[in-house]
This record gives sequence, structure tokens and C-alpha cells, in this order.
Amino acid sequence: MNALAPTGGGGGGGTDDLKEPPKRGRWVPYALLAPGMIWLVVFFLIPMLVQGGTSLQTGGLEKGYEFTWHFSTYWDALQTYYPQFLRSFGYAAAATVMCLVIGYPLAYAIAFKAGKWRGLWLVLVIAPFFTSFLVRTLAWKTILADNGIVVDVLNTLHFTDVTALLGLTEGDRVLATPLAVICGLTYNFLPFMVLPLYASLERIDPRLHEAANDLYADPKTTFRKVTFPLSLPGVVSGTLLTFIPASGDYVNAAWLGSPDTGMAGNVIQTQFLRVLDYPTAAALSFILMLLIVLMVSAYIRKAGTEELV
Amino acid sequence: MTATLTPQTGGSHAGGSHRRATPPAAHQLSAPARALRWLRRNVVTLFGILALAYMTLPNLVVLLFSFNDPNGKFNYTWNGFTLDAWKDPFGVAGIKDSLITSLEIAFLSTLFATVLGTAVAFALGRYRFRGRGLTNTLLFVPMSMPEVVMGASLGTLFLNMRISFGFWTILIAHVMFCLSFVVVAVKARVLGMDPKLEEAAQDLYASPTQTFLRVTLPIAAPGIGAGALLAFSLSFDDFVITNFNSGDTVTFPMFVWGAAQRGTPPQINVIGSAMFFIAIAVVIVGQVRTNRRKQKAS
Repeated sequence: MNALAPTGGGGGGGTDDLKEPPKRGRWVPYALLAPGMIWLVVFFLIPMLVQGGTSLQTGGLEKGYEFTWHFSTYWDALQTYYPQFLRSFGYAAAATVMCLVIGYPLAYAIAFKAGKWRGLWLVLVIAPFFTSFLVRTLAWKTILADNGIVVDVLNTLHFTDVTALLGLTEGDRVLATPLAVICGLTYNFLPFMVLPLYASLERIDPRLHEAANDLYADPKTTFRKVTFPLSLPGVVSGTLLTFIPASGDYVNAAWLGSPDTGMAGNVIQTQFLRVLDYPTAAALSFILMLLIVLMVSAYIRKAGTEELV
Repeated sequence: MTATLTPQTGGSHAGGSHRRATPPAAHQLSAPARALRWLRRNVVTLFGILALAYMTLPNLVVLLFSFNDPNGKFNYTWNGFTLDAWKDPFGVAGIKDSLITSLEIAFLSTLFATVLGTAVAFALGRYRFRGRGLTNTLLFVPMSMPEVVMGASLGTLFLNMRISFGFWTILIAHVMFCLSFVVVAVKARVLGMDPKLEEAAQDLYASPTQTFLRVTLPIAAPGIGAGALLAFSLSFDDFVITNFNSGDTVTFPMFVWGAAQRGTPPQINVIGSAMFFIAIAVVIVGQVRTNRRKQKAS
């Protein structure tokens, strides 16, 4: 159950030496579980079911809603908003890949190169997140501003020309383009990639590297055949921890993007809080959940780490 | 070839430093070749530093712009240096109340989530019981669900129950999503606990209550503390789920969200930076205290 837990490991072992409660105390574990689990059932599980019910209602704010098995809400929602879903998963996938590309060397450096500075590196990974994430996301508006330093440099290097060809930017701007949204998502979810990666890299026995060296493996081969395979559990949980929240995010798309970069989260937010069309919002949210569950389970099967989840 | 055959001693296990052929000594190489070699050896570290810079840059911008004297409503372009915002951090209508609301909700949801979560963690870490798998699944799913989905569905429940949104609905939502994280943090510690310690306490005639209070709880304390800290920061910083369940109640993230539409005062940056420094101070104090305890123990 621990693949997604940022602490990595820790669970698993030990379940065998759990004690059977004495006959008179059979109720003890249930008494301990009850308050917390009831909270989750009432405020997490039941809302999911209620939302499923609401998505099949018809009616309006004035007349009130009625349960009518109105499945076409789903069909209409998908037909109208499929671009947002495509963008959601596209941007989230791009951000996940970027996080892996940036996060892997960072986690590797912390695990193997930082030496006595390891603690400091880890604090530096986590510390930025003590400032509210909304405030930090606003800062990206400044960093990526038109005619700002970053955008000027990117323009001079003709980087924006390349991204414009790929359809990620438009003209000389970065703000209000898909690139800005992907950049913001990458930034926001990078620690969720780095920490599980670090946890799995850190557990690798250094003697395995020495053994690989003794067997005449050059550093590249050592990485390909020893380090990377052993870090796979971290890669799997890191990608999941990045992809899932990124695909549901709407703050980055709202602030760094334009109306043309809206994601599924933006539509759900608008339908729920502004249009007040609750059946559509519920249907959209249900679709998002379903698609993520499908994608994640397919991915986990493919990654072959069922035992981790 | 000798280099490969000598076993590496000590803790150094740097991936790239161990080459098959003995590399030429540094003085035999020209300056650019030496620089290239150094670069090749340290490329991962350099890349890591760049990644850290990417992660820290927004914080530096937030700090810098807390000293800005913005021209107009929005604080996105540099206009001039001023200490005004730092002298009057609550000088914007609503910002102080939002901060107080956030602190209240974070404090209360930490309290509830830690108590409920610790009990669940003890049940999972200590006892065999039916329904274990189901319990684990129910704890795991909220952690792997996008926040929008959780926020929208809980909001739908409150709407259907005709419960009006506000302080209490936010609190309920925050306890819900913090709970699983507390369980994970505490369970790791409970599972690592040596059961012999408790048996020893009971052999020494400690009552079950005494054993729990004097042995079990102190050992589990670091896990509970970590869980509580995690819950506090998750709750304090939450925007998405709060957005769907807040009604007219404004937490600090909700204030920032609204400000992004109306105008962003530099006070937002002041509070953002202050939070950063306070958290760093907490980390440093905690570190110094554990170091001291370790020194005393040795």
C-alpha cells in the first residue's frame, strides 16, 4: 500500500508479528479504527457515491434537482469538454516527464554525491514549499513575464521559435501558453518526484556499485544495469505522485495559461462554483476520477510492481 | 588496470569516479581537458544544483517583490524598493482575518486528524483483525485522488444535505484529507517498535495504562509529531479542496486566489516569505534539539 506514500518503505514488514487480541479484547482494534474510518466513509466514500447520484440528476437551481438516470449528461460533458481532458492528461504527462528528467539527477546527486551536505540538500528541496503554493505560483507570472529576463534570453536563444513550432508557445510570449502551464505544473509537483526517487536511491547498497565496478562495468553500464532498475519503485511512485495531482490541477492553467489552455479541473471548478451546474460538475469530476483510475491501474500493471501498491 | 581491482574503501560510492583505465594524472592534461574532465565528473552534481535553483527561484522572487513598491494594483513588475509592506503586513483589508482563519482551521484539523489517525495507525500496526485490506484501501485512495475530485464530491454532499458552507465544512474536509497522511507517518513508527519493550514494562508490573503512557507513547511520539506537522502544513496550504467547501469563509490561500483577480498587494509576499522563514526556524530548532539529545545519549 505504500507506493504512493512519500516516506517510501516502512510498511510491509512486521505484519506477521502482529498480535491477535485476547478473546475479551477482540473489539479493541475496531474501537481504534472506528472514529477515523467512519470519518473517511462519511466524508470521502459517501460523497463519491452522492456525486455519482448527482451526475444523473436533471433540473435547475430554481426548480430543484431530480434523479432521472440522466446519462446523457456524461455524453454531453465529454463531447463539450474533451479538449480539456486531453489537455489535462497531455500537460500532466509532459510535466511528469519533465519532473523525472529534472528530479532524477537531483535525487541521484543527493543520494550519492552530496556526502555530508545531504541534510542541507534535502532541506533545500522541501523548504521552498513552506511558502504557500499559490504565492509561489504567482511568482511565476513575474518570472515568465513578457520582456522579462527569462523570456528575453529564451527569445535570443530562439528557444521560443522551437516551442512555437511545437505549438507550445505563441510569438515571443511564454506566459499564457501551454509551455507556461507545463512549466508551472513541473515546478509545483517536482518534490513529489524527488522524494520517492531519493528514498529508493538511498536504499541502494553502495557495495553493489563496487561489485559492478569490480566486474568491469563502466559507470554507464552500472547505472543502466544496477542503479536504475533498483530505483524503479521510486520512479513508479514518483510518476504517480506527480501525474495524478497534476492532471487535476487548475491553478496553474488559470494563472499561467489562457482560456485556450483550460484543463479538466478548470471546467469542474467553473461548473461547480460559477455556473452552478452541479450535475455537469459531478459528471466531469466522475469522468476525471474514472480516467485516472484506469490509467493508473494500467500503468501499474505495465510497470509490474503490483506488490508495491 | 590496478584502479579497478583495488576495493574501494570508506563510504565513497560516487558512480563516476571509478574508471576502468588509470586516467592520466592531472598535470599531464591541458587546462581545457582538465576542465572537461572535472565537468564530466561533476555533471550530476551541477545538474542537481541547477534543479535546486529552479525550485528556489520563485521563493527568491516572492521575497524580492515583498520589498516592491508596485505601480498599480498588481505586484508583478519591479517598480522601486520600499519597506512599507514589511512595516504594515496586515495593512490590507481581510488579510489578517484570513490568516487567523487559516491558523484556526490548521490547528483544529491537525488536532482531529492526529488523534483519529494515530488510533487507526495503532490498530493497523498492532493488531490482527478482519477487514485490514479494506481499511488500507480506504486510507490509500484519498491520497491518490486528485484534489478537485475530492473537493467537488464533498461539496456535492454538503449541497445535497443542505449544509451551508463555512468554517466547519472546511474543517471537516481538511481532517478528511490529512487523516491518511498521519496514519502513514505514525504506522511506520509503530511497526518499527520493539514489542519486547512493552513486555518488559509489563514484567515490571506496569499497568496497561502506565505501559501505554510511559513506554508506547514516547516511542511513537516522533511519528505522531511528524504526522501532525505534515497535517498542519497540508491544511494551512490547502486551496483546491477549500475552494469547493468554503462558502464565504476566507482562508489565506482563498485570499490569495481572490487577490489574483482584484490586485495583489506586496503584503501577500511578506506573509509568504515570513511563513518560509518561520518554517526554516522550526526545522533548525528541531535539528539542533535532536543533535543535542544524540550528544547527551552518546
